[in-house]
Amino acid sequence: MSYVSLTDEDREQMLATIGVASVEELFRDLPAGVRLDRPLAVPPALAEAELARHLEELASRNTVDELSFLGAGIYDHYVPAVVDAVLQRGEFLTAYTPYQPELSQGVLQAIFEYQTAICELTGMDVSNASGYDGTTVAADACLVAKAETGRTTVVLAETLNPQVRQVVKTYARGFGLQVVEVPHEGGTTDPDRLRAAAADAAAVIFQQPNFFGCLEPAPELAAAALDAGALPVAHVDLMSLGVLEAPGRYGCELAIGEGQSVGNYRSYGGPHYGFLAARERLIRRLPGRIVGETVDAAGRRGYVLTLQTREQHIRRERATSNITTNQTLLALAGLVHLSLLGPQGLRETGETCMALAAYAKERLEERGFGSAFPEKATFKEFAVRVGRNARDAVRAARARGVNPGYPLGRDYEGLDDVLLVAVTEKRTVEDVDRLVEALAA
Amino acid sequence: MTPLIYERSRPGRRGLEVPRPPLPVPPVPEGLARAAPPRLPEVAEPEVLRHFTELSTRNFGVDTGFYPLGSCTMKYNPRVNERLVGLPGFRDLHPLADDDAAQGALELEWRLGEILREITGLDAVSLQPAAGSQGELTGLLLMQAYFDERGEGERRRRVVIPDTAHGTNPASVTMAGYELTKVATDERGNLDLGDLRAKVDDTTAGLMLTNPSTLGLFEEAIDEIREIFHGAGALMYYDGANLNAVCGISRPGDMGFDIVHINLHKTFAQPHGGGGPGGGPIAVRAQLEPFLPVPVVVRDGDSYRLEYDRPKSIGKVRGYTGPFGVFVRSYAFMRAWGPDLRRMSEIAVLNANYLLARLRDAYDLPYDRLCMHEFVLSAKTLKREHGVSALDVAKRLMDFGFHPPTIYFPLVVPEALMIEPTETETKETLDAFADAMLAIAREAREEPELVHGAPHGCPVGRLDEVRAARTPVVRYAFPEAAAGASDPKPGATEPRPPTEKDDASARLV
Repeated sequence: MSYVSLTDEDREQMLATIGVASVEELFRDLPAGVRLDRPLAVPPALAEAELARHLEELASRNTVDELSFLGAGIYDHYVPAVVDAVLQRGEFLTAYTPYQPELSQGVLQAIFEYQTAICELTGMDVSNASGYDGTTVAADACLVAKAETGRTTVVLAETLNPQVRQVVKTYARGFGLQVVEVPHEGGTTDPDRLRAAAADAAAVIFQQPNFFGCLEPAPELAAAALDAGALPVAHVDLMSLGVLEAPGRYGCELAIGEGQSVGNYRSYGGPHYGFLAARERLIRRLPGRIVGETVDAAGRRGYVLTLQTREQHIRRERATSNITTNQTLLALAGLVHLSLLGPQGLRETGETCMALAAYAKERLEERGFGSAFPEKATFKEFAVRVGRNARDAVRAARARGVNPGYPLGRDYEGLDDVLLVAVTEKRTVEDVDRLVEALAA
Repeated sequence: MTPLIYERSRPGRRGLEVPRPPLPVPPVPEGLARAAPPRLPEVAEPEVLRHFTELSTRNFGVDTGFYPLGSCTMKYNPRVNERLVGLPGFRDLHPLADDDAAQGALELEWRLGEILREITGLDAVSLQPAAGSQGELTGLLLMQAYFDERGEGERRRRVVIPDTAHGTNPASVTMAGYELTKVATDERGNLDLGDLRAKVDDTTAGLMLTNPSTLGLFEEAIDEIREIFHGAGALMYYDGANLNAVCGISRPGDMGFDIVHINLHKTFAQPHGGGGPGGGPIAVRAQLEPFLPVPVVVRDGDSYRLEYDRPKSIGKVRGYTGPFGVFVRSYAFMRAWGPDLRRMSEIAVLNANYLLARLRDAYDLPYDRLCMHEFVLSAKTLKREHGVSALDVAKRLMDFGFHPPTIYFPLVVPEALMIEPTETETKETLDAFADAMLAIAREAREEPELVHGAPHGCPVGRLDEVRAARTPVVRYAFPEAAAGASDPKPGATEPRPPTEKDDASARLV
């Protein structure tokens, strides 16, 4: 085995230094009844070339060569080559949490830069170093809101990603939280219904653009939550924030989301990163790592993990969260991608997505596929009626090499004929034309 | 000092061109359009690469050198795994792809689950949890669901945890809505059985235990512990953080544990990534299987599918099936070792005992036993006699080119130094580290100021952490002229003034 270097001679010398006769003797504290008395029944070891061949064979049995318009929370945006190059730096890849700042200034500074970028994009004051994904940060936000308001209900817009709602419901049980869902009306959330539902709520979470791709009346939703004394929480797509307003500018107290669309591949669902940003006064309630700036004895600027008294390794059962390992490397990927894009590139990416999506909507409309929510503005994703069960439409289009999107009937009653179509800047006019032909065929 | 990426920014520079098809851009409805652009850096591509390359040179990883950070299992991360995870068939697969389009991914997940079942000696697996601590929470929610179904959920509200436990254990207990019962450690470093017996009854839901413990010691009375908990009708949860000690040697299921999480980023070589990602799959006994998170990977003959129809499931703890890229790397690592995973653990334990043997006379050894994959020393005497603390020792190790061990944990050992060499290291490296530790112990006696002032060769000296916490600066302060999105908007809703609760939490820092 090439991952280890001990020779027989090394082993004998080491056993002699320890003062035991054999490796087996090192395990003498284990009671006989708990020892495994046979070899592990796992497949035989593979040499690197064999291993590569086996994994390549598995990878080849996944279908990734379709022209894809499938989004629904995970998107096919372009990942620049510099992102890959930075992530393969072993100093980043193989380090752990920067407990020893003198040896970790690189990753600490990168997290500080990431926190700054997330604050800029969301219009918030503080950001943590990342959460697991776009689902768990919603649960985190609920816990922050419960501690802040002392209330025990959270309100979720039904137009919030179903995966996110499911995770919040799972966590809510341990948190002692009740979850109330507010149905959509014509594709978006009604502020008055939201206000009524939020009367005793700690938080209101809505998504912008929402799961159907529609733009919510976000400022009205935030205001409705504040009226009810609940913390407004926006679940947003970083890639939209070059063209869409920052949640912090329309009254939200927290902004969260799935970071995958910036810097991460789809990778069958992970690993990706969730982001969580908030108003300054909530900083001591936030879960997870936070990096702060300070100085050494010589006055040199440096970065450290800070406010650690919130965290499990110090506060233990009174910590704000149990999170330890987070998603630093994926958040770094996001930072590198954002650094390349800059404000102009981010805005242009959003505009290209919007232009292509609008073109796709028009072309589909011409062929009799009307928008499911025609009154609503959209960003890069939209819901379209396909005139039959959308799952059948997906099957038929896939037979023509096009994955046309996500059947909303998988999660929503009454939307069996609705398909959710995502268009990123990687698609072209010709790609959209192929989509239309595949659905119309 | 490396400038921040924001300090390298100049208006008009850009690092990426974006496709601009000849199509009109529809307007964003009024009130929803971005008013002021985010102040992202404006930097050309070469400078972006140089910036992050420079940052990387100010960071220490396993690729850089020896990283004996106890409890974290900083082992070699095989490079072939990075190539494999980047195969387009894995990298470009959408998590909501139909099962027929994801047969390779589903088979990989199923195979990984089978290997984890064998290593843990348990019956069923969920790969969904994103990290060990999320595995813990998931396991506790499973306990709750299991006891609820038996009508014991209201009564069994307490979870027992030793005083040596990782901080995640008590934090997870609180998050799951359980009450914590702490149990002491005896003079041999085992759970104190007398204390345990007095605290376990029919209000106990379960135990959370790391075995070997965070002291690097195997619980010698694991059979009695099992009898106490199973005798009281309670469940046993295994914190798999230290699984690298016992792969193929002893299985948590055979020890009596009912729920186990496995840290794929520790034992199974997912790179730690500067803090993540990780993977925290859980394995459970058959009676807990109905409650596992959805979806579950199921094999039907030669094909695989995701099953969602599990009426008793606790729900979902993370999106999709879990951190798939982590599964690719860990599966590849397991297949590279095969049944020899046992030898991996044997070498990890041999390396730790060798370092322990070389260091035991120079530092305090709180529990004089053979260790497993890690051990805990104490700088108590150095501190008392020469004023040199565990922190000083850790910082001085940097000058010798080593990453320090974990310090001040577990909490039951004063001035703790927790050392985990893993199976990766050569005997030469172990000897060089031992020599450095011995040299530092000598310096502590002869020139303590040298140790106090360490590190001497790092980009920064010891940083003022109190200042960082007292007046937190957690984002770049842009120059005044560059007004941006996160500055308060005139007329926008003002944040509420701080409440008494804010002040209370502020005082804790």
